[in-house]
Amino acid sequence: MQTLGRLKESPSQTAGPYVHIGCVPNFSGIPGVYPEDLGTSLCTKDAKGTHITVKGTVYDGTGTALKDALIEVWQADANGIYSAGDPRGPADPNFTGWGRSPGDYDTGEWVFDTVKPGRVPMHDGRLMAPHISLWVVARGINLGLQTRMYFPDEEAANAEDPILARIEHKNRVPTLIAKAEGDGIYRFDIRLQGDDETIFFDV
Amino acid sequence: MNSPMAHNRPPEGGSLFPRDREWHPPAYFEQYKTSIARSPKRAPISFPSTLSEETGPVFTTDILGPLDNDLILNFGEPGEMAIGQRIIVHGRVLDQDGRGQPGLLVEFWQANAGGRYRHKKEGYMAPLDPNFGGCGRTITDSDGRYVFRTVKPGPYPWPNRVNDWRPAHIHFSVFGRAWGQRLITQMYFEGDPLIWTCPIVDTIPDRAAIEQLIAPLDLDATIPMDSRAYKFDIVIRGRRGTWFENRKEGV
Repeated sequence: MQTLGRLKESPSQTAGPYVHIGCVPNFSGIPGVYPEDLGTSLCTKDAKGTHITVKGTVYDGTGTALKDALIEVWQADANGIYSAGDPRGPADPNFTGWGRSPGDYDTGEWVFDTVKPGRVPMHDGRLMAPHISLWVVARGINLGLQTRMYFPDEEAANAEDPILARIEHKNRVPTLIAKAEGDGIYRFDIRLQGDDETIFFDV
Repeated sequence: MNSPMAHNRPPEGGSLFPRDREWHPPAYFEQYKTSIARSPKRAPISFPSTLSEETGPVFTTDILGPLDNDLILNFGEPGEMAIGQRIIVHGRVLDQDGRGQPGLLVEFWQANAGGRYRHKKEGYMAPLDPNFGGCGRTITDSDGRYVFRTVKPGPYPWPNRVNDWRPAHIHFSVFGRAWGQRLITQMYFEGDPLIWTCPIVDTIPDRAAIEQLIAPLDLDATIPMDSRAYKFDIVIRGRRGTWFENRKEGV
């Protein structure tokens, strides 16, 4: 019999405590190698849609904030179009939808200024609710963690979201829904363990 | 006209192959103590990739400076060089079907030749090298190739068990074209005995998977009287072609 000859994906290793050296060197105290760190903004002020701020903190199983994590986000523009690779494009030229944050050095809180994403269809045409994809790496995390943030003011869309519908334990769904913190500000804390452990995805 | 069957090259951009999570390290690994409180306990929710995972950010070479892939020079004072064993690290970024992946951002970071990182939280007694920052980046060429020059990083002790030492290693961050291909890993060096004592390496369950992260000395690519070379290929998740996907027109 022939073999498929397919390669194995390179196994992950932890990003370690010094991921900031490689990914946000200006933040980490290595100025001058790159003019600026990548991913500090997802859009310009001219981006269409509702401008919002998303913030959060990653907590370990003891309730301690991670101060050495790196958070990346990826989202569609206000019309639900991704800025690259989307066959329905093009997206808003003032919007990349990708951001990267090391979090605050003292508190670990990360912040992204962006626009509220539109709805993106599944391949079968069903619409997902507006969401932001997040990826968390840090010392002690052996494989980057994938999750999604949904919006508290999108109850109808959330109720028909095919991904949320897959989740058996409905009492865990709120871990994926941000909390409104005033005008256009959303908080999405991520808990790695505990009764309110955030849902992570294998996707 | 636009039928994906109209030509023989599989169109890219389809669903991601499921990730073999047994090939990757588990979240919880007792001998890597930091993982104990940072490992999710509940099963991750699986679903086939959607556009949210099949798209991803694209980076173009205009972000790159001329020294971005030269760690010997990119932090040094003019005319100065980083101290250490001069090496070239090169390889390809491939998908699981072995296709070179062009235009991908690859970032790398490492300790200096003495095993010291340039970082506020780093307390190892080995000295900083004033001419070594420890970060670099590049974008793969049309065949998926990348190359950078650096000094070989030193091994270093770290606070885990009483006497744990990291083998010499270089961290890699790789973007695919798809968000779901995002990967961070580490490259080790052929022949380093510390590889087999390290609890972070040991998080990987399968020895063959560990071997996938060990770069061989590549004498053919060595530059005589200048730098040795190590070859390190990186494999990111594959994707199905888009021929037979259940997509509606225009979606």
